[in-house]
Amino acid sequence: MSSGFKLTVKLICILAAMLLSTSAFAHQFSQGDIKIGHPWSRVTPSAAPVAGAYLTVTNSGSQPDRLTGGSTPIADRIEVHQMTMDDGTARMRPLPDGVEIAAGAAVELAPGGIHLMLIKPNQQLIEGSSFKATLEFARAGTVEIEFVVQRNPTVETGSGNEHGGHTP
Amino acid sequence: MSGLRAFRLMVWAAIVVLGMFVIVSTQRSGRSPTVETSSGTAKVGGPFSLVSHTGERVDNQSLAGRPYLVFFGFTYCPDICPTTLFELTDLMTELGPVADGFEVLFITVDPQRDTQEALASYMTSFDSRILALRGTAAETDAALKAFSAYAKKVPLEAGEYTMDHTAGVFLMKSDGSFGGMMDMHEPRETRLEKLRRIARDQVTGS
Repeated sequence: MSSGFKLTVKLICILAAMLLSTSAFAHQFSQGDIKIGHPWSRVTPSAAPVAGAYLTVTNSGSQPDRLTGGSTPIADRIEVHQMTMDDGTARMRPLPDGVEIAAGAAVELAPGGIHLMLIKPNQQLIEGSSFKATLEFARAGTVEIEFVVQRNPTVETGSGNEHGGHTP
Repeated sequence: MSGLRAFRLMVWAAIVVLGMFVIVSTQRSGRSPTVETSSGTAKVGGPFSLVSHTGERVDNQSLAGRPYLVFFGFTYCPDICPTTLFELTDLMTELGPVADGFEVLFITVDPQRDTQEALASYMTSFDSRILALRGTAAETDAALKAFSAYAKKVPLEAGEYTMDHTAGVFLMKSDGSFGGMMDMHEPRETRLEKLRRIARDQVTGS
């Protein structure tokens, strides 16, 4: 095997790895004025009846919009929930009206705050896998996205947002 | 004279109130559990008896002489419960055999849905040294009381419900006394050090 061939194979491998890593760590989706940044879901334990999912919604329009929930082939439905931590007690409540994204604003759905909840997933979420979902917005309609499954938040969306104290 | 006495009494009362306020506020800022904070930590640690996901009865007697961690949660909790269990798994992996020095107990506050079978399946995803414990409603209440922890069933639409619950990890010393809380928001090194310290708290031959 020539060294030139070897080098080419190496380069292809590096490029493929770069492509894969960008798709996993910086993917986004958009529909009209709504942009969805890095949708990810937490790995689930075996036979978990629920799963948490997170993303950033940016509304570049001049009207407020509202994320009300969604659907995915891998679960019964997707609901918007909010976790709050008050004096050591964790509370979780559904937000039936969803979460508002003001005109020109961005809202981060992150661990410890407002998040998406997959109800009755029909499969275990394994690190590195991905699944399709449809988000529903009051104004923008539906947005097709794909969640990647991670064990922990990525650094950009990560650690500092885990405190529940900032949620309204 | 009686005026001066009254004044002194008022000053003492003010000092007591301020002192209690300081105790309560420092404990709150430390994200302590919903214990009766003014009475300190004495209320954490008491009798309880539950059954593990592997079918063995675990109680404060069987744990006597061993340090242990206690964490309350339920499997219908998508965020903090699995996250805490995954993080405990990571910390125990990092500690290796040091983590054999303590027990880790995950007590469900939702025994109605968290059957022993459900817990057995759930726990296959975590460090095998972590035990999930469940009991009857009365046994669960007793366990909550033993740790001055809080859990409440909250009805949702369509007959569904969720559970509010104390979220921190209790560190219990080998003599059964309360050794503090571990908060999953603390720096990783702090949490590792707390676990190393609790692992060292062994009842030695003396």
